[in-house]
Amino acid sequence: MVNTTPLWEVFIRPRNGLAHKHVGSLHAADEIMALQAARDVYTRRGEGNSVWVVPSAAITASDPDQAEENFEPTGDKIYRHPTFYEIPEEVGNM
Amino acid sequence: MYSQGLIGADGRTDETPEFLEAFQQRVDAEEKIEPTDAMPEGYRRTLVRQIGQHAHSEIVGMLPEGNWITRAPSLRRKAALLAKVQDEGGHGLYLYSAAETLGVSREQMTEELHSGKAKYSSIFNYPTLSWADIGTVGWLVDGAAIMNQIPLCRCSFGPYARAMIRVCKEESFHQRQGYEIIMTLAQGTEAQKEMAQDSLNRWWWPALMMFGPHDGDSEHSDQSMKWKIKRFTNDELRQKFIDATVPQAEYLGLKVPDPELKWNEEKGGYDHGEIDWDEFWRVVKGHGRMNRDRIKARKAAWDNGAWVREAATAHAEKRRTRRMAAE
Repeated sequence: MVNTTPLWEVFIRPRNGLAHKHVGSLHAADEIMALQAARDVYTRRGEGNSVWVVPSAAITASDPDQAEENFEPTGDKIYRHPTFYEIPEEVGNM
Repeated sequence: MYSQGLIGADGRTDETPEFLEAFQQRVDAEEKIEPTDAMPEGYRRTLVRQIGQHAHSEIVGMLPEGNWITRAPSLRRKAALLAKVQDEGGHGLYLYSAAETLGVSREQMTEELHSGKAKYSSIFNYPTLSWADIGTVGWLVDGAAIMNQIPLCRCSFGPYARAMIRVCKEESFHQRQGYEIIMTLAQGTEAQKEMAQDSLNRWWWPALMMFGPHDGDSEHSDQSMKWKIKRFTNDELRQKFIDATVPQAEYLGLKVPDPELKWNEEKGGYDHGEIDWDEFWRVVKGHGRMNRDRIKARKAAWDNGAWVREAATAHAEKRRTRRMAAE
């Protein structure tokens, strides 16, 4: 019997009001054991109050070879930033 | 720390001089390299070896300390030691995960540890003979590990650096709990003080060896520095460790077992005697006092745990089948 258990990605919410954040990964046979292991491994010192585990295989990721075409076009769209627009000082903060 | 499905560094990359140059420029610009990025095969191999070794060290490192859990002298000490050993297991897991992002499987790494192909830190091939050794291991061994690990938090490979940040946060507790144990003994009865001194005598030199061979004899050092996997040389880190640790020993009234140890005003650090490199290589090559025991214990844990892994997998499969039938 080959004992390869699936890989899970672990997300923790440090406290209410914040988003769950990726903290690492682990192997476990199913989601119940994955949650238990995540709690044991990643929350030993008050790191959070909520844990998500997601099968790594369920993540669809962007292709690193396409990073340029995906993300570089935003670089020259400076008009998307507030500082692109000139507002006279008399108008005050905007 | 990344999904295995995302692995991109698969050796497909054509290592032209332009590619290598561009990679080096990214490293020089302090850009982090992530698992999906193209990387030289040598970079990948170095990291797999180093992170794997590091992970194995954490796991094997649980053995000498676990040896004393049942004999800890108080509930306070026992709770702390249990927490420390549990941390080491966690550190091993963070590191295995980081190595897995490079396309090596956990099973493969475990197999390489058991076969002796992969190494772990030689320090764990020394026995923990007295309770004082638990203090010394925390103080010196974890202390030396911290010296090594803090610069690794800035390692060019993202998942390794992130794992090390978590590890370093936790490691500080280890060193402090160790120092507290030794301090209690050093301030105790004559017999306790002797126990502390004997422990320091046995662990001092092996702790210095943890930083590895002299810079000139370290085969992977130059390239690792260039790739910013390493930030300081072995000798630089060893010097920092000595400079930080000698005053801590003096505070305890313990004597560092090196007759040549002397403050050097000019260099602003201690001069020290030569390390017994024959002993170092002997232990690395498998002839330390505990090499065989450690691997035997790891194999036994793996073999005796097989039924747990099988049961977990079978249970998960049963639940999956039931759920599908219900849907």
